[in-house]
Amino acid sequence: MKIVVCIKQVPDTKGGVKFNPDGTLDRGAMLTIMNPDDKAGLEAALRIKDEYGAEVTVLTMGLPKAEDVLREAMAMGADNGILVTDRVLGGADTWATSTTIAGALRNIDYDLIITGRQAIDGDTAQVGPQISEHLGIPVISYAQDIKIEGDSVIVNRQFEDRHHVLKAKMPCLVTALSELNVPRYMTPGGIFDAFDKDITVWGRKDLKDVDDSDLGLAGSPTKIAKASDKVRKGAGEKVTLDADEAVSYIMDKLVEKHVI
Amino acid sequence: MDFTLSKKHEMARTLFKEFAETEVKPLAQETDETEHFPAETVKKMQKYGFMGIPIEKEYGGQGCDPLTYVMCVEELSKVCATTGVVVSAHTSLCADPIQTFGTPEQKEKYLVPLAKGEKLGAFGLTEPGAGTDAQGVQTKAVLDEEAGEWVLNGSKCFITNGEVADVYIIIAYTDIVEDRRGRKVKKFSAFIVEKGTPGFSFGTKEKKMGIRGSSTYELIFEDCRIPKDNLLGQRGKGFPIAMHTLDGGRIGIAAQALGIAEGALERTIEYTKERKQFGRSISAQQNTQFQLADMATKVEAAKMLVYKAAEKKAQYQADHKTSYSVEAAMAKLYAAEVAMEVTTKAVQLHGGYGYIREYDVERMMRDAKITEIYEGTSEVQRMVISGSLLK
Repeated sequence: MKIVVCIKQVPDTKGGVKFNPDGTLDRGAMLTIMNPDDKAGLEAALRIKDEYGAEVTVLTMGLPKAEDVLREAMAMGADNGILVTDRVLGGADTWATSTTIAGALRNIDYDLIITGRQAIDGDTAQVGPQISEHLGIPVISYAQDIKIEGDSVIVNRQFEDRHHVLKAKMPCLVTALSELNVPRYMTPGGIFDAFDKDITVWGRKDLKDVDDSDLGLAGSPTKIAKASDKVRKGAGEKVTLDADEAVSYIMDKLVEKHVI
Repeated sequence: MDFTLSKKHEMARTLFKEFAETEVKPLAQETDETEHFPAETVKKMQKYGFMGIPIEKEYGGQGCDPLTYVMCVEELSKVCATTGVVVSAHTSLCADPIQTFGTPEQKEKYLVPLAKGEKLGAFGLTEPGAGTDAQGVQTKAVLDEEAGEWVLNGSKCFITNGEVADVYIIIAYTDIVEDRRGRKVKKFSAFIVEKGTPGFSFGTKEKKMGIRGSSTYELIFEDCRIPKDNLLGQRGKGFPIAMHTLDGGRIGIAAQALGIAEGALERTIEYTKERKQFGRSISAQQNTQFQLADMATKVEAAKMLVYKAAEKKAQYQADHKTSYSVEAAMAKLYAAEVAMEVTTKAVQLHGGYGYIREYDVERMMRDAKITEIYEGTSEVQRMVISGSLLK
């Protein structure tokens, strides 16, 4: 069984956020971590590997330094790493990203593709399902449990107020929630092994069946009007009133602001 | 000369830090308060390979270098010195001598489960009447040729991982010979003893000032019979084996001391920024700033000595020639004294709160003291260092 886990290096929320002049994130200048949903997806793949035996490949698209996140995944137990990196791919939105990743995935065999539900930087939750559309395979999103049964996966799909149990024939794609599991730590020996292995690096020329017009910033239909870090809120208004007065004061304000 | 950690080592540090913060730190205070051995943490460390970091892969270890092992003990000790010494005593004092001096059979039987963390290790040299002066060792091993067994009699004290270990390296004298001047001299040998061997029992559990969760026990041997094959290394070579083992152990304890100092410094930086007196945080006072500067400088110097000793040990592992004895002694001497000084200053900068058990620095100051004493006191380190200067 072959599993590909798509992972992303995202800004560490503990560090500051920095932007390029065009409004996209300056990823080179920020502290980074493996996206939490992707890490849960990787853990799910590694558990399948532990239980049924599988070859787990991790794939990421990003700057050359995204190699770090692949090594981390390999130190946790992934077998191979593929880095898709090229200047022409920079500034990609979800469409251009999913086109790129699908172009890379067309080069390899897989039974199951796992992606995170969404990345903590863009929060779109679009790339996983879009990849499945490009590849023409079924997708089950928001997985909170993944089981393998013969040539199918059985996935518990989470909703706000209920859950669905869905079965899909492989090859298929599943997007994972960080609630899926508690990812394992790396091991010291795993880290040493990960640095002894080669990482496959692919550029534009290695992407299969994709048009240049669908790649990078130029191929991204999303146009960012403005981006900013958290805006500091003003001090607000402080009033000292007794309970009855406070209630009518707040009610007036809510009406005034058209909240009610 | 490159003072930058490789990416591989940076990643290992991230791992140890994350593990220490998530799994160890929340238990540190309770471990100290209750004096309970952190068995659950050891189980988790076993799962992630922390119990066999510098042991070769073919023997179930992680196949990493001494620097990686040192960083593990350092990061654990930043938050809990008890957890740090469990790993250090197990790895440096038990697994390492079996890896270095063991026969293939001994490695298969003892090193593999130790490196995998399935079994815990300990080491016994110190006795009530013999600490720094090893000639005072009274524990005796006599070979019963007929039975093919060694018979051990005597006792060991202050043994780290004492009651919780499964495998023990025990130093006992096997012969008395005359030296060139006709004086009687004991010749020592090293033995591998398993828990549960008839005649091997535990004495008092020590109640300690610091590292209170560490299991420190007296070991008692009364006609304890162990297989002849459990002699580690050659008969009569126990003293050099013990000294070699302690050279390595000192790097582990130096790493523990370094971690304690770093942990205390981190807490103190946070605290002095928060604590307000005379209308501003005490970190705005020049006294605080200068104290912190001195503490940080000494911690950094200690780190350089500890990492250098680890790199020297790596050279030894590659060529089996390079001596790291002096580097290990310098690292332990300096790091232990820095740990004591930095934790004392940390308590002082915390003021009254530093004296209260709720604050980590109170524990850290008590934990720091042992690093100046065990695995060779600071005075012994000075003897080793000056001995190399004056030979």
